[in-house]
Amino acid sequence: MPSEFNAANFYKRLREDGQLTGIRCNACGGLSPEARPMCAACRSFDVAWHPFSGRATLSTFTCISVVPDYWGQKGYGRNNPYCSGIVTLEEGPRISARITGVDGANPQSIRTGMALALDLADLDPERPSLAFKPA
Amino acid sequence: MATATRKRRLGRQVAIVGAGLSQFGAFPDKDSRDLFVEAFQDMIQTMDQPIDIDDIECAYVGNYSSDLFETQGHTAPIVADWLGMTPIPITRIENACASSGSALREGAMAIASGMYDVVLVGGMEKMTNLPTEGVTDVLASAADGLYEVPAGLTFPGIFGAIAKAHMDRYETSLDHLLKVGIKNHNNGALNPKAQFNVTIRDLMERRMARAEQRGQPVPEWQTELDFLNDDRANPWIAWPLRLYDCAPITDGASCILLVAADIAHNFTDRPVSLAGIGQASGKPLHDADELTSLSAAKEASRQAYEMAGITADDVDLAEVHDCFTIAEIVASEDLGFFAPGEGPRAVDEGRTALDGDRPINTSGGLKSKGHPVGASGVGQVVEIYHQLRGEAGERQAKKSKLEVGLTHNVGGTGGTCVVNVLRRE
Ligand SMILES: [Zn+2]
Repeated sequence: MPSEFNAANFYKRLREDGQLTGIRCNACGGLSPEARPMCAACRSFDVAWHPFSGRATLSTFTCISVVPDYWGQKGYGRNNPYCSGIVTLEEGPRISARITGVDGANPQSIRTGMALALDLADLDPERPSLAFKPA
Repeated sequence: MATATRKRRLGRQVAIVGAGLSQFGAFPDKDSRDLFVEAFQDMIQTMDQPIDIDDIECAYVGNYSSDLFETQGHTAPIVADWLGMTPIPITRIENACASSGSALREGAMAIASGMYDVVLVGGMEKMTNLPTEGVTDVLASAADGLYEVPAGLTFPGIFGAIAKAHMDRYETSLDHLLKVGIKNHNNGALNPKAQFNVTIRDLMERRMARAEQRGQPVPEWQTELDFLNDDRANPWIAWPLRLYDCAPITDGASCILLVAADIAHNFTDRPVSLAGIGQASGKPLHDADELTSLSAAKEASRQAYEMAGITADDVDLAEVHDCFTIAEIVASEDLGFFAPGEGPRAVDEGRTALDGDRPINTSGGLKSKGHPVGASGVGQVVEIYHQLRGEAGERQAKKSKLEVGLTHNVGGTGGTCVVNVLRRE
């Protein structure tokens, strides 16, 4: 059966609804911020969209100085590193995200455990990415 | 699940009777096929007895991305042609940086199945055609392109995040990471095939001498750590990882000859047996159970130990996948050599050095020897083969008992891990 639970729709919802929308498994109740056609925990295909609150904490991070072409064109690089990391969502699961509103050139100032909120401010419509900023 | 817990074994025992490595480095004039021929030539010229190349029945070659690095797909038959081996069956295996580890496994299973007696396995990568930014993009494509890459995570970035998690959870410091690099360069300086065949101290002293020659201010570095903690000498790549925490961009190839154990003595009096093999898959870091460990490495080593009938304590030395310095520390814990969080102390105490009780990366590791990604898994086996046979020259591990060696080969950021246990017969 065709499924609508895929990354294209994940990023479409992020862009159009301004919300992090993943999936909830109707069989086991498990949540996944990644939109998937199948629950990896119990292998059920009975999944539904689930809105996440957008509140999270910072679990770990890195500040990237040698950047891919795309980020280089946005002005990031050796003199302007950007921060990316892994956040733990209020609902429990983790997801990779950009961390905005922090000083990538000063990683000692960035604290794991800090409270974060979904940041939609500079979402690239052509190439949307998940971002969180200090709450 | 009963099938997941069944004790696995090879249908026939498999032995390694030859091992070869190309020079590792940057070779603008050579394609990956040329590098593979160089590794093959090294293998046949160092075997204990001459072999008839027509005896080789089948081959598997690991290669991550000739498509993106060389705009050349379908590279396996090209290798067969370059070796004069057509029409034997040859298959390319792609599992990112674990491509040749997985190729080796397929070759072992081809022998174990009873189908073939003599199988060539190896790997190759030609990476230096692209600029660093291009290589960064190609390597990032080994991570999850839907959720990790859009978040800006690069390959060093993901290992940087692992390093930060390890530093938060344990007593791990930036110096611990740098000390792994110093150790591996000490070993690589003794390896004539290594891309960086030089110690960190020599690199430091060369830079000081160059500054003096040019009449520039001479940096006041006293120790290797002074040098490595200097932002100008050792810039950040993905904090907390610096340049010298990262394996380089490398061209190179590796190969070994696998045979059914019962005919190994037709090739050599000193075969090395493939006592245990394991391979496992893992999730992206954000979905992993722990941020300080690679679950695929734990599972692959569990399989390999079980097949070999050993525990981690029985391993005399290992080549582990130090694509980044933190990766070696995490590997030494995932493999059970040291308890979780104890890896950094083992580095401090010199336990993993050439003269330590558990030498790791006597070859120089990916860090100093170089990391032609598709060649690295079999490249590790080449080193253990020579170490177990006592023919590693200046970098021969110093401990008296050298019977059991291990290789740990990671694909991407832990999506794949292949672990092999090798035993001197
Ligand atoms: Zn479920």
